[in-house]
This record gives sequence, structure tokens and C-alpha cells, in this order.
Amino acid sequence: MNSNKTLYTIIVHSENIAGILNQITAVFTRRQINIESLNVSASSIKGVHKYTITCWTTPDVIDKVVTQIEKKIDVIQAHYFTDKEIFQREVAMYKVATPEFQANPEASKVIRRYSAHIVEVNPTFSIVEMVGMSDDITSLYQELKQLNCVLQFVRSGRIAVSTSCFERVNEYLAHREERYQNQKD
Amino acid sequence: MSKEKISGSEALMRSLEHEGVKTLFGYPGGAIMPVFDALYDHRDRLNHILVRHEQGAAHAAQGFARVSGEVGVCLVTSGPGATNTITGIADAMIDSTPIVVIAGQVGAGLLGTDAFQEVDLVGVTQPISKWSYQIRRAEDVAWAVARAFYIARSGRPGPVVLDFAKNAQVDMTDYEPVNVDFIRSYDPDPETDSTAVAEAVALINAAKRPLVLVGQGVELGNAQKELQNFVEKADIPCGCTLLGLSALPSNHRLNKGMLGMHGNLGPNVKTNECDVLIAVGMRFDDRVTGKLETYAKQAKIIHLDVDPSEIGKNVAVDVPVLGNCKRTLSLLTELIQPQKHEEWIASFTPYEEKEFNQVIEKEVFPKEGPINMGEVVNAVSEATHNEAILVTDVGQNQMMACRYFKFTKPRSIVTSGGMGTMGFCLPAAVGATFGRPDRTVCAFMGDGGLQMTMQELGTVMEQKSPVKIILMNNNYLGNVRQWQAMFFNRRYSFTPMMNPDYMQIASAYGIASRRVMSREELNDGIQEMLSTDGPFLLEICVVEEGNVLPMTPPGSSVNYMLMEC
Repeated sequence: MNSNKTLYTIIVHSENIAGILNQITAVFTRRQINIESLNVSASSIKGVHKYTITCWTTPDVIDKVVTQIEKKIDVIQAHYFTDKEIFQREVAMYKVATPEFQANPEASKVIRRYSAHIVEVNPTFSIVEMVGMSDDITSLYQELKQLNCVLQFVRSGRIAVSTSCFERVNEYLAHREERYQNQKD
Repeated sequence: MSKEKISGSEALMRSLEHEGVKTLFGYPGGAIMPVFDALYDHRDRLNHILVRHEQGAAHAAQGFARVSGEVGVCLVTSGPGATNTITGIADAMIDSTPIVVIAGQVGAGLLGTDAFQEVDLVGVTQPISKWSYQIRRAEDVAWAVARAFYIARSGRPGPVVLDFAKNAQVDMTDYEPVNVDFIRSYDPDPETDSTAVAEAVALINAAKRPLVLVGQGVELGNAQKELQNFVEKADIPCGCTLLGLSALPSNHRLNKGMLGMHGNLGPNVKTNECDVLIAVGMRFDDRVTGKLETYAKQAKIIHLDVDPSEIGKNVAVDVPVLGNCKRTLSLLTELIQPQKHEEWIASFTPYEEKEFNQVIEKEVFPKEGPINMGEVVNAVSEATHNEAILVTDVGQNQMMACRYFKFTKPRSIVTSGGMGTMGFCLPAAVGATFGRPDRTVCAFMGDGGLQMTMQELGTVMEQKSPVKIILMNNNYLGNVRQWQAMFFNRRYSFTPMMNPDYMQIASAYGIASRRVMSREELNDGIQEMLSTDGPFLLEICVVEEGNVLPMTPPGSSVNYMLMEC
């Protein structure tokens, strides 16, 4: 299905105002593009929120989607990246039944193989946490499932940083302020 | 000295006056009553025009904005009052018209409870407005209004919605006028890349067959003079989009007419022959481009636009020149060499002759038979010395009006281009009479469009708004009928329409009127309309199955135009 499409990661910075997520997702809805994952949180800049969105689409469409997101009044910047241009991670938690988990010697080997951690153990359940790439998280789930011990599974959306050195939005905002001051003077 | 506290509604009045608003179009209702109460004390400074339906308020604000260059304002209640403006908001968005819609909303405490006349207006209008904001506190009024006007009028203009919660209308607040001229996340005039300018200049200097596409951006940027200087120095022929028709005088030697599906043959054919295409403040709408796969493939394309999201949206652009075209056109004019393109310009003439012989002569100067639409438009345009403002509805009346009306002054065309909103004309024309009370406003509509917003005849009556209504009645929803004839084997599915007696309707509203049935009465009727003070309804019974030609059939290449059907 995704043969001619690429998985893009879009990073958006916006003002922290109610309703912006709605405006951003509307750009995808209008073109019937499925959002694969979405993470929204405060950024390193006060009052600025950061969105990390992934979707499958073509180079031509991603370009238009991003400029249309950036067009929203309270969106500061939007950029898109391929997997080669970012460092990216997801977080996953696996709630497993403690008796089954401890009974099977394979279980702890699997956990170690994936560099996952056990962050909670009690007589009924334990929680395994993993930070990693999407495919590894899925494959750990498959292995634990085969051990018949998974009670719950949850994963976050992707978070990513670009491989360039600066958080470009800082520079952009400084430049905007400077231009405004120059125009006024 | 302690500051005087005023209500949020009073703060709205003062904020509107601070923005220079003098006219607003609206309709009262429960959730906006405190604002209308405050308005009662401001009647001497704020002229409120009571429309007959909120859709009319939005279109009137559009008409006002388009001809005056100011922001149009409309004031309506929550729920249905607000949703009735939505067609106008969407229309203003796609046609880049600066309006501010202020709608009442239930009190903040009731939000989300499905209270009486509550609708999630911000949610509904976000995708179709430039900015949409809910005012929940009286102290936010001055800031929100200042921001709304700044956003509506700056950059690529557009509609802004203020959803005004009732508690914020009545709560007391301090008031200080607020000015907004900077939003860090919003750049109304993007920086122009000097490399792009240099590339554009080189292409223009080297061009042998350049063509300029004039869009509404020229009018919105007040760059009519700059455009003229540019095309005259480089000697480049121009085609205008529907909304860009009055950006360059119709009789200018370089104005080669209208682009698009029912545009002129010359500029459409030449689009696929030019070597450099310079698009100024236009968005390559599908009605202009026809089939994209064959559109101007031979040309290098330079696109001047203030909106970065328009670059490459429909047509791949070789050289994007971002920024307000008033600035970028001046920049280019300064840097280009003066040129002469006599041969290229002369090559338009055979197409002009062909169009005249095969289409225009028959349409505009018929010797016999029923009255044609083009004939009517031409006669009205001439009778107004091509100086009037043209407002149109949508459909055949619109295409005929835009083909045959001539312009000598800027900001003279008000039509629903992108949305194609039937019913737009009458309320937009009312708005235009308030935007430019010094000019004649000619409103061309069909029998279908007039009946969609006919209630605004009440507004015309009450305001004695001098709209010259030219109803070209063909007893059909003519444009759809034409398509049914051409593409659906003449199966006239629900396009014949029974009409009321418009003379009785005009008379009921106290509007002077006349019905013209024959060619001999046409000029007399037009003279009577123009010499009558105030509004006039001129009904002209035109040929029933008239067709708009030439035509690029949907999905065809821009240079392929049918001359008959």
C-alpha cells in the first residue's frame, strides 16, 4: 500500500494556544492522509509547543502539507524529515503477569536482548519499559506475546530531533523580532 | 485617578472605532444583545446596516471590503446567526477578502453544554477562516479585536471570526486601545530572496514571448500602478484572472483579456506558447489552468505571491518571488531592461479576430432574435462609460458580465470566484454601495441567484441603497443547463425554473423597476435605470438557451477552446 510513499516526520512549533492541534490535523484530514503517530508537548522555548507527527505520503504532497500547516497564524514553523535526517525514538510499556513472566526463563533473556528495563514488579504484574525504534518495540511485543504473559501494551508516538545542530525555531524567532524592529526604526 | 470600567460590549465598540470601522452589517439575536445595546449609543459613529439574513451580512461585508480596500465587519448572534455566515466566511477565505465576523456565543459557563443557540463556531470555522478566536473574558476584547483586524487585512487578506461569549460582553473591564502590528508566528510579507529576483530578471530580460498573469493580488497589494510600470517597461502582454480583471484598465494596449474556462482565446492559447510566464498574485485555479499536465509546459514560470503556500501548489514554479507584489514588482521593474515585443504582441491579434468573428459579434451585436446576455452587459458597461463597479452573481450572468464589462478604475469587480456562491450578488452589491458611495454599482444576476438571497431587497429598500440590479432572466439555471446540453445529452434535470413576477416583487419593496422584453427597449431601460436615483431593478428577458462561449471543456488543455456548441 505504501510502495511509492515515504514515512515522513513533521516537526511543528506553535504558540501554546487552544485549538491549534485541530487546525494542524485538519490539513491532514482534508487530504485524507492518516497520521501514523503524534506527540505534542512543551518545547525548550517558553510558551512554544512542539508537535512530532509521522505520516506516509509522497514528496510532492508532504511539501504542500507542511506549507499549509505553516500558514496557520499561530504556527511558528513546520519542517519535514525523512528517517535519515533525524534521531528518533518511541517509548513502550508492557504490563506482564508476574507468575508467568517469572516461570519462563526465556522472558528475562528477551528483556535483556532488547535492552528493555523492568520498572515495576509486584506479585500480580510487572512493567517492562523499552525506549527504541518502532520496529524493535513491535518485535519485543511479539516475543512477549508468545510467552503468553502480556496483560497490556502501550507505545508513545515518535519523538525526534533533527541532525542539524540548532533548534532552528530559536533563530527564526530572533530573526523575526529583528526584522520587525528594523522595519519600525 | 482610577480608570473607568466599561462592559466588554462597550470595549468592542471602542475597539471597532479604534480600528477605523464606520460601517457594519448585522442582525441581532439573543446572545449578542448586550453588544447591540452598546451599539445603540454609538449609532452616530458606527453605521449598522440591518440585513435580512446573516448570509447577507457576510456577503455585504465582502462587497464592502472588495471595493473599499477596508475590512468589512459583520455582527451576528450565536448558533444559527453564526452558522448562516459560514458561506460568506468560506467565500472570503478562498477569495482573500478581509472581513471580521463577530458572533455572539453563550456564556463561558454554558460552553459545551449544548445550551440554547450554542454552536462550536471556532471549531466549525477554523478550516475556512484565516483566524478564529473565542473571546471568553471582557479584558481580552481590545487585544482580540486588534489582532483580528491586523490578521484580516495584512498579508494575504482573509476572514477572521471572533466568537464573543456573553459573559465577556457584560463583564466590566479596564479599556486601553490596543494596536497589533506584529505576530511572531505570522509573517505577512515574507522576505524576498535576492537570488530569486536576479533569476527572474534574467529570465524576463531574455524572454522573447513573455506573458503576465494578473491576479487579485495586484488589487489587494494596491500594486496597480506598479504592475502597469512593470509590463510597460518590459512590454509584456497580460491576461487577467476573474478577480484580477480591474487591476489593469481593460483598454490598456497590453491587456489581452480574461484567462480561464470562459476567458478570451488569445491569453489562453498564448499561455501554451509563451516562453516565460510571470504570475502575479494569482493561484493557478483549475478554472484558469485547465488540464495541469499540459499547462504552460514550454514556459519558465515566475510566481510573485505573498503566500508561500501558493508556490508550487498547483503548478511547478521555476522562480518563486515571495513578498507583497507592490514591493516585488517595483524591484523587478527597476532591474529589468526596457524591451519591445511587437511581433509577439501582434500575434494575439488573429485570435482576437477569430473570437470576435465567431463569438463576440453574434453575442454582443445580434441583428435579430431575443436579447443576448453579452449584449446587455456591453450596453450597461458603455452606458456607465466603463466606470462602474461590477458585482455579479454566479453562473452564466457572471461569465457574460466578466467577459463583456469593461473597467477603467481599480477595485471595480466583485464576484465570487473561488467558491462560486450563488446568491452572492445582491448582498455584496449592497455592501459595495456602502464601500464606495461615490460610484455606480451594477449588479448582474440571474433568476436563480436573485431568488437565493432575494430577501435582501428589504435591506435595499430600507437603506435606499442605490444598487442597479440587472436581472438577466432566462427561466433556467443557465450554466448548469448549458453543461447539461453539452455533456449530459440535453437532459435538463431540474434546471428549468418557474419565476415570480419580479415587477410585483420590486413594487412590494418600493423599488423602481422595469421589464425589458425587446432589443428596441434595451437602451431606454438602461438609461431609465441609471438616471433613477437610488435602487432600480431592471429585468431583461434574455434568450432562454444562451450559451457562454468560448469554452475550455473541463479537463481539457488551456489552449483548447470551443467556439461553438
